[in-house]
Amino acid sequence: MSLLEVKDLQVRVEEREILHGLSLTVNPGQVHAIMGPNGSGKSTLSHVIAGKPGYEVTGGQILFRGEDLLEMEPNERAAKGVFLAFQYPVEIPGVTTWNFLHAALNAQRKARGEDEISSPAFLKKVREVAKSLNIPQDMLKRGVNVGFSGGEKKRNEILQMALFEPAVCILDEMDSGLDIDALRIAADGVNALRSPERAMVVITHYQRLLNYIVPDVVHVMSKGRVVKSGGKELALELEESGYAQFEDAA
Amino acid sequence: MNVVAKTETGRALGDVFAVVRDRLPGKGKIADQRRQAFEAYERSGLPHRRIEDWKYTDLRALMREVLPLAPAPDAAVLSRAAAAVKLRAIDGVRRLVLVDGAFAPDLSDLGNPEKGLSIRPLREVLDAGDGALSEQAFASDISNPMIALNGAMATDGVVIDIANGTMLSQPLHIVHVASGTAPASMFTRSLLRLGRDTGVTLVESYLAAEGAKAYQTHDGLVVAIGDNARLDHVRLVEDAIDAFNISSATVTLGAHAHFNTFGLTSGGHVSRYQLTVTCAGEGSTVETNGVNLINGKQHADTTLFMDHAVPHCASREIFRAVVDDRAHSVFQGRIIVRPDAQKTDAKMMTRALLLSDDAEADNKPELEIFADDVTCGHGATTGALDESLLFYMRARGLPEKEAQALLIQAFVGEAIETIASDALREVAIATAQRWLEARA
Repeated sequence: MSLLEVKDLQVRVEEREILHGLSLTVNPGQVHAIMGPNGSGKSTLSHVIAGKPGYEVTGGQILFRGEDLLEMEPNERAAKGVFLAFQYPVEIPGVTTWNFLHAALNAQRKARGEDEISSPAFLKKVREVAKSLNIPQDMLKRGVNVGFSGGEKKRNEILQMALFEPAVCILDEMDSGLDIDALRIAADGVNALRSPERAMVVITHYQRLLNYIVPDVVHVMSKGRVVKSGGKELALELEESGYAQFEDAA
Repeated sequence: MNVVAKTETGRALGDVFAVVRDRLPGKGKIADQRRQAFEAYERSGLPHRRIEDWKYTDLRALMREVLPLAPAPDAAVLSRAAAAVKLRAIDGVRRLVLVDGAFAPDLSDLGNPEKGLSIRPLREVLDAGDGALSEQAFASDISNPMIALNGAMATDGVVIDIANGTMLSQPLHIVHVASGTAPASMFTRSLLRLGRDTGVTLVESYLAAEGAKAYQTHDGLVVAIGDNARLDHVRLVEDAIDAFNISSATVTLGAHAHFNTFGLTSGGHVSRYQLTVTCAGEGSTVETNGVNLINGKQHADTTLFMDHAVPHCASREIFRAVVDDRAHSVFQGRIIVRPDAQKTDAKMMTRALLLSDDAEADNKPELEIFADDVTCGHGATTGALDESLLFYMRARGLPEKEAQALLIQAFVGEAIETIASDALREVAIATAQRWLEARA
């Protein structure tokens, strides 16, 4: 069974249709890249998979391990193993990163019928992960993302990904706002999480990120549809010729 | 106004006063003060919305009448009260318990007072005819009808004196318990005097015995903080859900004194807390902070009057309201900087979080500045929880209520953080936690 299956998805925001019948099948162990120009619907797809309010699904379905994802609350999706790394992670003043991560991890475990993880065990786990991502301890004591640089915010997303061990990771424009060093650290973090059981969907505007996170499949999106799919060489082709050819195709 | 005051309610209460006044403690001058206070109350009756200060808390509509005095507590009442006190006991404090408006020595810790600490029930002070103390306890502003009524009717309270140079390490905890066996009013009045170079922490709690019926708590606190003295004050209103709590505190600071107060209201059907703080000596600092956590049809009003009468004083107010369902939160903060009070530094920030479309929060900050060399400011905001934050948290696995709870904790956290004592901060956090858990 495929891990994530998007079938003929049609989505509206207010009165405007953004996705016009998008399909995508992601299998365990695969890394898919979704590329496309601004406004092609890439972020809408990631939001709808995660369950962000404000989108109306007018047709099609999203299956996760065969279950209807669209029937689930965002927190249920997270507990099932769907993770969205945000393009713009929010700042939550007054809620420490420790506290937030501990509460979130336990909420997921509880939803899956697993035992809650104690504070000492959690601390040990989060420290190990933070260390591997070069995240200083004092960042974890601060409010979630408060005063973090762009790179720190993205590393915090990857920290959460490592902690929650999701089955599908959607990375929404992970490269936006990152310089080349920050990008490399973030990409190393992501690559360390690649495994035969886990799939990733990397949404990006630029080919650059794909030099660091090498995909198995590349999809080109334009005007709310996947207009072409291919191997990693498709990304390079796009870099040469641009998106214009596909805008006509759509 | 006289015509309006002569409602059925006003007349009935007048009869009550006529009956009980001879049994109220305090003779001579105190009896005169009580009579004058009652007359002042009778002239206006219960305050209503056409009185500016009471615009948002119309007691004539909300409370309708003042209930008769509660009878003196019997053994059964005291034992129910003891159970309520035990449930909210705070470790390491000296507890002083008032049950249905009467000091309860058996539930209180009066033994082995630290050197320089004196605690006496108000009734005893009045019966003993201790003129100076009594007059200080009853010297309050009777232009405010509810303070006047409290002065007229007060049956008991505690009188606490802290001698010059005494630093008390053990906090004092005044617990007001309503047994609520029958609908009734309790009137209490307490006095706290801190001498020069003293320091103390005072906690006040308002509780009800299990199953208490509608009752009215009318409390008054008079505080004099001497030069170079420090009072830390935490006030927790956890009254029964159909109770009324109309309380006032009048605090005066000497020179280089410090007053840090934090109030949390999560209980009661209708509550109003009127706090008047006067900086009467130079170089003093005041922090008055508070949180309302209310839902259902609760109405909670904090009305603050900060009076900068002399130069070189600083005051800070941080107030947070979390309002759910059809509840109504009111914050009125008035800061006056008198002509002589140069170099005053006064700031006030009030924020309300509305959790439902029917919730209401009224914030009324007022600055009246008559001095020209001052730093003053205020701000007020009202809003809902940020949807983008909620989505982020839910996308990480937190159910909606849990995500809301974390954001609410963060929202009130800034006010709770101002509590100086770690232990009492934990008590306030636990109280907020109970509210959040009841909501989930």
